[in-house]
Amino acid sequence: MFQFLIRRIGLIIPTFIGVTIAAFAFIRVLPGDPVLLMAGERGVTPERHAALMKQFGFDRPIYEQYFDYFFSALGGDLGNSLVTKKPVWDEFFTLFPATLELSVCAIIFAVLVGVPAGIFAATRRGSWPDQTIMGTALVGYSMPIFWWGLLLIILFSGTLGWTPVSGRISLLYFFKPVTGFMLIDSLLSGQKGAFSSALSHLILPTIVLGTIPLAVVARQTRSAMLEVLSEDYVRTARAKGLSPVRVVGVHALRNAMIPVITTIGLQVGVLLAGAILTETIFSWPGIGKWMVDSIFRRDYPSVQGGLLMIAVIVMTVNLIVDLLYGLVNPRIRHTR
Amino acid sequence: MSEQAIDTATDTRSTGVRAMLKEFWHYFSENRGAVIGLWFFIGVCLVALLADLIAPHGATMQYRDALLTPPVWQDGGDWRFLLGTDAVGRDMLSRLIYGSRYSLFVGCIVVTVAMAVGVTIGLIAGFIGGAVDTLIMRLMDIILSFPSLLLALVLVAILGPSLTNAMVAIAIVQQPHYVRLTRAAVLGERNKDYVTAAKVAGVRPLRLMFYTILPNCMAPLIVQAALSFSTAILDAAALGFLGMGAQPPTPEWGTMLAEAREFILRAWWVVTLPGLAILLTVLAINLMGDGLRDALDPKLKRS
Repeated sequence: MFQFLIRRIGLIIPTFIGVTIAAFAFIRVLPGDPVLLMAGERGVTPERHAALMKQFGFDRPIYEQYFDYFFSALGGDLGNSLVTKKPVWDEFFTLFPATLELSVCAIIFAVLVGVPAGIFAATRRGSWPDQTIMGTALVGYSMPIFWWGLLLIILFSGTLGWTPVSGRISLLYFFKPVTGFMLIDSLLSGQKGAFSSALSHLILPTIVLGTIPLAVVARQTRSAMLEVLSEDYVRTARAKGLSPVRVVGVHALRNAMIPVITTIGLQVGVLLAGAILTETIFSWPGIGKWMVDSIFRRDYPSVQGGLLMIAVIVMTVNLIVDLLYGLVNPRIRHTR
Repeated sequence: MSEQAIDTATDTRSTGVRAMLKEFWHYFSENRGAVIGLWFFIGVCLVALLADLIAPHGATMQYRDALLTPPVWQDGGDWRFLLGTDAVGRDMLSRLIYGSRYSLFVGCIVVTVAMAVGVTIGLIAGFIGGAVDTLIMRLMDIILSFPSLLLALVLVAILGPSLTNAMVAIAIVQQPHYVRLTRAAVLGERNKDYVTAAKVAGVRPLRLMFYTILPNCMAPLIVQAALSFSTAILDAAALGFLGMGAQPPTPEWGTMLAEAREFILRAWWVVTLPGLAILLTVLAINLMGDGLRDALDPKLKRS
């Protein structure tokens, strides 16, 4: 296991360096030099331009600039936003809890609905409930989620008036963020109605962001379950006269969950991509919307920093998933 | 060698192909959803090809007397505009019909480019191995560390928003999947006897790569192609929706949705219909993809 750990972590270091190079290169490959980009449409005098080039170190050799960037990034210095002038690092971590809360809720939603649906479909293979569930899952998998969000807004916010259209909580409530999770903070604040307001804001985005992971989890659970159900030990368990619920729910489920957990872990990239769209539709103040806004505002340091941070998050989660998988499945550990 | 011998050789081969196709169709048609998907997809292709003939109006033709007309079956509907009109009086049906061209075009180009580049790189990585392989695979890891839509978005921000650049960005984001699949397949095939035999017979490396090994790695690649066709359509629509893909007044479905956003509570049809078009097209391709997987890759198990 130790060897596997070392090897896997050894793999991530060149990838991390590559990601920093990609993020570093991002500002350099844009047409025009960085100072002109930052000056934007206002323009800048040649003297000021030269001074700024020197101040930011753009006149030094490119590799020196890169090493500077690399080591300050390691130390958490991602530069300052051009719009708010605040450190990108701080901006990112102010907004990140909102995205994390939404993503966690989406995953919980996907698992709570997807796993039972997959198990149910697997135990009734070929029947009409199975076909209906898998058909629905394929529709979910094919869903353009930005449209799905708009549809839900039309139905639940427009026609029925049940849920708010945008934001994380009603403007009536205000309290200092403690955890950054609106659901928890609203409870801690003790204000009446704050929690239900936060919850009602969260429901539609959760469904929208959770739809594709839900479909993937349901499909994966079903196929993993089918595979496990045909194994000898399950037949033995059945032959011993155990109840079907126990055979499926305890004996089979444990092994079927291994690939499903991996799948859930690998959804993090899907979730962050989905967060871009979901947060844009619901004006959810998270990093997805922040990235899109930064791109449109030409706030390149923010885009660069966000890109790097998101890649690091994806890499870290993938690493954890791999390690967990190696932990539960010895066959993976010993290959190669 | 006599001519007759060559003839027989070609003969067996053609019946072989026919038999293969027949077998393929046998397994493919067992999956009812896949057949429905195929028919729908063919339908969309026909609509795209014949758009000039079947669209009742031009895609950017504005009827100033008929802004936001609802579909015919609703009060205030107009028989001239079967599915209603948008905020500047353009016929929804015609725009949807022309929009199919963009989505299919995006899918075809992205899959072709991503596959051609990805397969070549994958063959090189798997075939040469060593440092080249390591370098290529680390590069692919880097690309895969970014969520696909985010990377596409940033690439478009660099290249400038347009449909062409959106396609380039999506193709770049998608090709690592082909590289990985091809490399894995090549590694599996590389040490088999027929490859060794070909090597011993003096087959040159390029021919060995593309002619001897590649055909035996096709099954997972074809399945991946179907998958990435639908992903490409979704991503292009998403970019269009965010204002980073096709630009107005192009009747691209995602772009249409973006323009329709402000009317969501007033005119359901301008929002619902383009999205439905995207969903149905993507669904049809995914259904086909499932059928292809069942038919081509028995190892991936029926499920």
